[in-house]
Parts: sequence; structure tokens; C-alpha cells
Amino acid sequence: MFEVVSNEILAENLHKMVLSAPRVALARKPGQFVMIRLAKGEERIPLTISDADPAAGTITLFIQAIGASTRRIVDTKVGDSIRDVAGPLGKETHIIKWGRVACVGGGVGTAVLFPLVKALAEAGNQVTTIIGGRSTPQIILSDELSQFSDTFLVATEDGSLGTKGFVTGPLGELLADPERVPQAVFAVGPVPMMRAVAEMTRKQGIETIVSLNPIMIDGTGMCGGCRVKIGTETKFACVDGPEFDAHLVDFAGLSDRLTSYRKEEAVCQTANDCKIGRGVGK
Amino acid sequence: MSNTLSAKERLAIGRAAMPELKGDERSRNFEEVNLGLGADLALSEARRCLQCKNRACVAGCPVGVSIPEFIDALACGDLPRSAQILRGDNALPAVCGRVCPQESQCEALCVRGIKGEAVAIGYLERYVADWAMNHPDQLLREKAPKVSGKSVVVVGCGPAGLTAAGELARLGHAVTIFEALHDTGGVLRYGIPEFRLPKEIIDREVALLSELGVTIECNIIIGKTLTVAQLRDEFDAVFIANGAGLPTMMNIPGENLKGVYAANEFLTRVNLMEAGRREDSSTPIIKRREVAVIGGGNTAMDCVRTARRLGAERAMIVYRRGELEMPARAEEIKHAKEEGVEFVMLTAPTAILGTEDGWVSGLNCQKMELGAPDQSGRRKPQAIAGSDFELPAGVVINAVGTGANPLLTATAPEIALNKWGNIVIDAEAATSIPGVFAGGDIVRGGATVILAMGDGKSAAAAIDGYLKKK
Repeated sequence: MFEVVSNEILAENLHKMVLSAPRVALARKPGQFVMIRLAKGEERIPLTISDADPAAGTITLFIQAIGASTRRIVDTKVGDSIRDVAGPLGKETHIIKWGRVACVGGGVGTAVLFPLVKALAEAGNQVTTIIGGRSTPQIILSDELSQFSDTFLVATEDGSLGTKGFVTGPLGELLADPERVPQAVFAVGPVPMMRAVAEMTRKQGIETIVSLNPIMIDGTGMCGGCRVKIGTETKFACVDGPEFDAHLVDFAGLSDRLTSYRKEEAVCQTANDCKIGRGVGK
Repeated sequence: MSNTLSAKERLAIGRAAMPELKGDERSRNFEEVNLGLGADLALSEARRCLQCKNRACVAGCPVGVSIPEFIDALACGDLPRSAQILRGDNALPAVCGRVCPQESQCEALCVRGIKGEAVAIGYLERYVADWAMNHPDQLLREKAPKVSGKSVVVVGCGPAGLTAAGELARLGHAVTIFEALHDTGGVLRYGIPEFRLPKEIIDREVALLSELGVTIECNIIIGKTLTVAQLRDEFDAVFIANGAGLPTMMNIPGENLKGVYAANEFLTRVNLMEAGRREDSSTPIIKRREVAVIGGGNTAMDCVRTARRLGAERAMIVYRRGELEMPARAEEIKHAKEEGVEFVMLTAPTAILGTEDGWVSGLNCQKMELGAPDQSGRRKPQAIAGSDFELPAGVVINAVGTGANPLLTATAPEIALNKWGNIVIDAEAATSIPGVFAGGDIVRGGATVILAMGDGKSAAAAIDGYLKKK
């Protein structure tokens, strides 16, 4: 059992939960995730570990509650427990000092981006963070991210905050500016966003890393549900990832497999929202 | 009651048939198929045993159960003693009595099988084990072992790990099992379906181990949460039994289409996560009218019979050799047939076909014929030119095999592996690191429950020897 130490609402449907998980806290590296199962009968959900405090024995998770399962997780009260927390899983992010890096986040992916931004800043990189969403309420973790970013940019589709349009707008300007062009780009968000970022950086040959969110069941290198095509090879996101070279990822295949349970998810609001509830909530 | 029948009287008794649920009834539910022998049948079956002096059957048992002895106690009506003998040799008798391939192990060597039918050792094992579970108050108390003061950590709570843990606890060592998943049993729980091995049986076997003092902690992934190096610091010996890993891909086109499952994913969804078995399970599973399972082993049978229960009207086994060459147990094949499973033999898929929107629509197959025997001794299938045909299927399950789990070994490069990533051990189950032992599928690749248990048992003896010298 893993006690909920704190549970804060940061924005609509966005919770910051701190769990007591001493062993995970000690072993955790940026980029890794945990598999969470709230109670018996609930599904196993992969969630990125956003931060950890080894001394306190806690891990921090940013959870966007838009699927039925994540809704029940964030409804857990302080002092109550989550039955299963297993990890840290996946490979750690390869963090080096590139010099200038750009971190691009969209929707739920913004929560996954946070530990990367923090680790990249701590490694001495000059970080430009660009996050996007439909409208102001979907822009999450602004304070947390800007704290570790040299430049912090926002794009909303309705123009209610920052630039009007997609994250690709500000990113395009960055890539076109010889003074500011990054040596590496990290992108986490909906598949079309990651795909668009990959296409933009491919032309300039800028190293680009994406964190993938395929369907996952056990997360421990056993079931094979999280397979993705990387170049000509089949890789498993839980053991080989979740981060991959964006220029090798078969985004069309990934995107298609994510719709496998759309019929079962019809009760949820939108297919994209539901991804979080189907083992893809990292 | 005594067991003093003459050989002639014993020979006159016919082999008991296992009572089972009817095929058409059970093919729509997850109830256990084999119902178990009743007391009268068990007694008469036990009396069929000739009590041979040379105990051929024991040699066929990977864990060396004292078969004639437990059967004799049963025939004498002394169930507490029978249970004591059985449990003393086998940490998981209620599991083995259900899933062991007795017909190719103990029963294959039974003298009665030479001229007739072997004693139904598996049925009797199950009978005694189930009796023991239901009569805890009548069991003979085990003498508490002398505490050794040594600690052993077991990585993985599957058949190899549970067996080793039981053996080591009986030898007085303090045993901790670390399990990566959220529940115990390993492949017994996520792999073997409810209708073959009810989860309750695993719970009860595990509870008996806990009574012996074995500590089990779930959600700990060695290689991730803790490393082998940390385990070596904390414990006097380590037994690695973390099982099989990722599925072997078939490397044919279409493997990433929607509706293509690896056997482990399909079975884990249904068995561990209860998808399709419980109305309120929050883990989904894709159900289709036509399901094709590729492979001929027990895992393939488990998948196809599960698919049938999930509502498939046409549940098919697609196998490149013939029925005789199938590695699956005879009982599984028989049960599958009774449940309406279709066997598409001598057929190799060459591609998985899909619809425009990325869903599986079927298999492109080639007919095969059997040629000369290959290295495995089985006749090698060869494609018949021009024999391509299409087999419609809305779900395709790859049950051709699994590789080694990479999580532990990736963070312990000092452990020697073979070219497939399996851990290399010596005759004493020792790995290349002192004090670290291994067994089960992480050593063998995909094998059976009982072979993993045999590994657990012999590793426990080796670990005990190591700890005594230490």
C-alpha cells in the first residue's frame, strides 16, 4: 500500500499527487514511470514520475484526470492509500549538456515534460519550453515549468493565452533563428504534435527525442502490448523506451494502435481524453 | 484401512475418468473444466497402484514426489499422512495435480501403462492436495525447522520461485520473495486460465507458504526498483526466477495491426486483469467472431480456449506441423476440441492481413507438409508451393513463444547470459556470480510449470549447501 501524502488540484482535472514510495523514490531517474493500480479490479496505468524526494521517500505525479480510472486515482484522499505502485520503469532520459535545448509539450504530455525540463536545466542547458493546449484551462504547469526554463512560451488554439495556434508556431521561429536554434529537441504530447515536431527538426537534422505513450499492460517487459516500430525494428516502450529517436518512430502505426479500444472507451468524453485511462497516461 | 489387495485385484480395477464439465456448457464460461475425483473414485484409483519396488514413476517427476508412498497412504485411507508425504516433496501439489503433463512424465513410466492404462497419478495428486486445503485442521503439523540464521531472496513469485521458497523455508532459512507484478503466482496467475487453474488454488498454495514464514513483497522489479547488487548486500543468497519475457515476434507483415495480440498480453488481460471475465473489469479486451491463434503449445491452447469463452464462434489453432507434433498436452488438445476449437494443421501464416483502417482481417497462410526430422526430432514442415490461402480472423494471437526478460539482466551485466539472453547456470544452479542462483524460464526459455518447479527444488538444495559452507 502506498499512502497519499498530498493531493493538490493545480488546474481543472490536473492533480499533483505525492505518494509515499521509498524504494521507487531512491531508484528513480528522470524519464521513468510507475505502473499504478488503485485497487483490486482496477487497471494498471503507467504514469510518469515527475519528481522524487529520496530523503522523504516520496514520488510526485502530475495526473490529468480525464479517464474513469485516473478520475478514481485523483479522488484518493490524503492519508488513504493506492494499492499498487511499481517502478521505476523504462529507461532514464539521456541527459547531457547540449547547450541549447527546446522542450515541447502538449496536453497531458506537459506533465511528462516537467521532469525532463528540470533535469535538462540542472545539467546546465539553456532551456526553451513551449507548451500548448486548446485553451487557457488546458495550459498546465506554467509556474513549475517556467521555474526551470530560460524562455517559456505558450500557444493556445483559441489564442486565449500566448501565441494563437499550435506549439509548432513558436518552435518554427526558434528553428529558423540561427541565434536560438536548439541542439536537441524533446517533445511529449499527442501523437500528431510529436509527429509534426519530428518533421520540422528532421530537415535540420536536430536530435529529437519523444516520449511515447502506447498501450501498456504489465510494464515489466512481459506482455508486448507496448510494441512500436522504430526504424525497421519492433521495440517495446516499457523496456526499450519510453523515449525514442523521433526521426525513427512510426507515428502512424503508434497512433493507429492507440485507437484499439476506442469502442470500449466510448463512455469517455473524447478519444484523446481517454488515452489516459487506457494505460497511456504517461 | 489397509492397502493389502493382491496384484490381481489391483489389476482388475479400471482407470478412473476425470469428471468434467460438458464441452458445450463450459465453452462459454470460465469455470474449472476438471471437477476432481470424488472420494470413492480416488480410493479405487489409488488401489490400482502396484506399489512397485523400483518406483519408475518417481524418476519421471521433476520434483521427485514420493508417488507410491503418498498413493499407498491414500489407499489406506490415511489422508493426513498422504498429504504430509505429498506436501513434503512438492510445494504446489494442487497446482501440479492440475497443470503437470503427467502423461509424459510420471504416468509415462508407470508400469501399469505398459499393458493398459497408467495409474492416474495427477488426479490423485490433485485429490490429496485439495483435501489438504479443505482440511487444514486435520493436517499433521510440520516440525518447525531449526532457524539457520541465513537469509535468501527469491526474485519472482512464479512456480520456480514459490517452490524454492517453500523448500528453503523448510530448511530453516529466512525467505523473502520479490514479485514484479501486483499479485503472486507469476505465470500461474497471468498465464494459466481460470478454467484450468482457479486463482483460488494459487491463493491457497501461497497462503500455505506464508504460514511457513515466507515473506512476499509485490510491486518490486529487480533491475529497476532494486538491483541484484543490492540484493547481494542484503541477503546471504539470491535465487533468480523472474521468468520469461517479451514475446517472440513472428516477423511477418501485419504484426502491429489492431487486434493482433501476443499471447502474454491476451492472457494477462483476461487472467490477471479479469478483462472479459468480470463485467466491471476496467481493462478491455477485443472480442471477435473469428479468432486465430498461431502456435501449438499449451499457451496456444490456453489462448484459443479463452477466446472461445469470450464468445468467438470460430476459434482456431493455426499450426505449421500436424497434431501429433504439437507440444501441447494431450488433455488440452482434447478439451479444446470438445469446446469446439478448430484445428487448422500443417498451415503456416505468411502475413497478417488488415482492413483499410488498420484492423486485422485474417491470415495469409501456406499449406505445409512434413519432411525429415529436424534437430528437435520432429518432422520439419516444408511449404507446399502454390498452396496459399486466406483465413478470415478478427483477432490474431501470436503464441509462438517468448524471449528472456531483459530487466534484471540489463542492470547486472556481470551475470553471464547465453546468446538468447537467458542466464547461464552450472549443474548446481549457480550463475557466474557467487551466491546468485537461477532457475525456471529465465534459464530455460519457455518451458513448463513443473520444470520450473524442479529447478526451484534443486536450486534450493544447492543454495542450502552453499549457505552451510558460507
